[in-house]
Amino acid sequence: MKDLADLLRHHPFAEGLDEDTLALVAGCAKNVVLQPGDYLLREGAAADSFYLVRHGAVALETFVPARGPFTFLTVKTGEIVGADWLIPPYRSSFDARAVELTRAIAFDGKCLRGKCEADPRVGYEMMKRFIPPLVKRLQSARMQALGMYDAANA
Amino acid sequence: MPQTLEACAPPLHPMAPRMTPVTRFIRESEEVFTFDLAPERAMPFAPGQFNMLYAFGVGEIPISISGDSKAPERLTHTIRAVGPVSAALGRLKAGDRIGLRGPFGAGWPIDAYRGFDVLLIAGGIGLAPLRPVIYWLLRHRAAYGRVGVLYGARAPDDLIFRGELDEWRRTPDFQLRVAVERAGPEWMGDVGYVTPLLSKLRFDPADTVAMICGPEVMIRATALTLEDAGVADSRIFVSMERNMKCAIGHCGHCQFGPLFICKDGPVHSYDRLRNLLACREL
Repeated sequence: MKDLADLLRHHPFAEGLDEDTLALVAGCAKNVVLQPGDYLLREGAAADSFYLVRHGAVALETFVPARGPFTFLTVKTGEIVGADWLIPPYRSSFDARAVELTRAIAFDGKCLRGKCEADPRVGYEMMKRFIPPLVKRLQSARMQALGMYDAANA
Repeated sequence: MPQTLEACAPPLHPMAPRMTPVTRFIRESEEVFTFDLAPERAMPFAPGQFNMLYAFGVGEIPISISGDSKAPERLTHTIRAVGPVSAALGRLKAGDRIGLRGPFGAGWPIDAYRGFDVLLIAGGIGLAPLRPVIYWLLRHRAAYGRVGVLYGARAPDDLIFRGELDEWRRTPDFQLRVAVERAGPEWMGDVGYVTPLLSKLRFDPADTVAMICGPEVMIRATALTLEDAGVADSRIFVSMERNMKCAIGHCGHCQFGPLFICKDGPVHSYDRLRNLLACREL
């Protein structure tokens, strides 16, 4: 049976992490299996965790009164769910719901924050892994916000 | 005896519309519709070429041909109603007639890239000018390497060619990813901006040709992403849109720097366009 460090080693998030750091962060992780419809995060709830999707798909949603839940991004195999654990007040800003059978590595955000505070080198490794996807998502969100398909008529 | 409109039309002049009947009308979504035209004689065209469609008494607009180049006796156009002419075309029904000029312009160079992996990236109605390429690829599948199609739209209700999307999704050796910008919980596909999905397609950048059609802001971002992935800018092709009037490079309405979109394009290689796309004054 694979241990958590082994599972983590095969996720793109861990690419380039040395073994000591890998073992250290794996100490804050657990393996989870989510059924379609299971929630990983709830908007407004404490952002205690984040997830590395090993296999599956997760919809990031926000609830619009009178219209229901709206998906604004799907996160799939090899990607990260949740960044609110990084910044105060550590409160989730969206719902995250599995849309198919999803296997993921769940991290205890408080545990990992403690290790980052204790060893800035670990913190920097985490930042290097969170910032690129967050910047890409910000760029994509900007394109989505432009409503560029609204006026196009190729 | 009254003279017919056909008798008034000067034959075979590129500026003279030919009276052409609509034979089929399909509503793709709330704003988008497709119709077939039956020209008097077959009008061979290359994937990516366009026709000028004239709604009598309203005006004329350029519309890419969205049908199969193997069937030039039937000209299919897919249009989004955004202005008075396209709205008038959207009120047509089978049996009505419109004015037709074309085909015009340079199409997608798909025949020149046999043996390559092919990526098609479409945004919104931009799937329509790329559909003839898809038909071509499906007909000549063995002549190409890996094929991938990315299609982005606002929402699930805005997707066009839905029946064919399902067919293409089931086609072996054909990668299709569809992303919408927002969706309800019933949507099981990708949500988000379409370009990042490039990382989900399998292709060899050194032997890939890419074709992009969509909003210009999407073209710029997608071309850069393809370059980052290692696709040469001379093998990235984009379909451009500008205000076209004559369609034969005479009037200058569609001039884009040294290029006329109607005559030199609408399909251009990105290495020719890169600097022009960065120029806001054009």
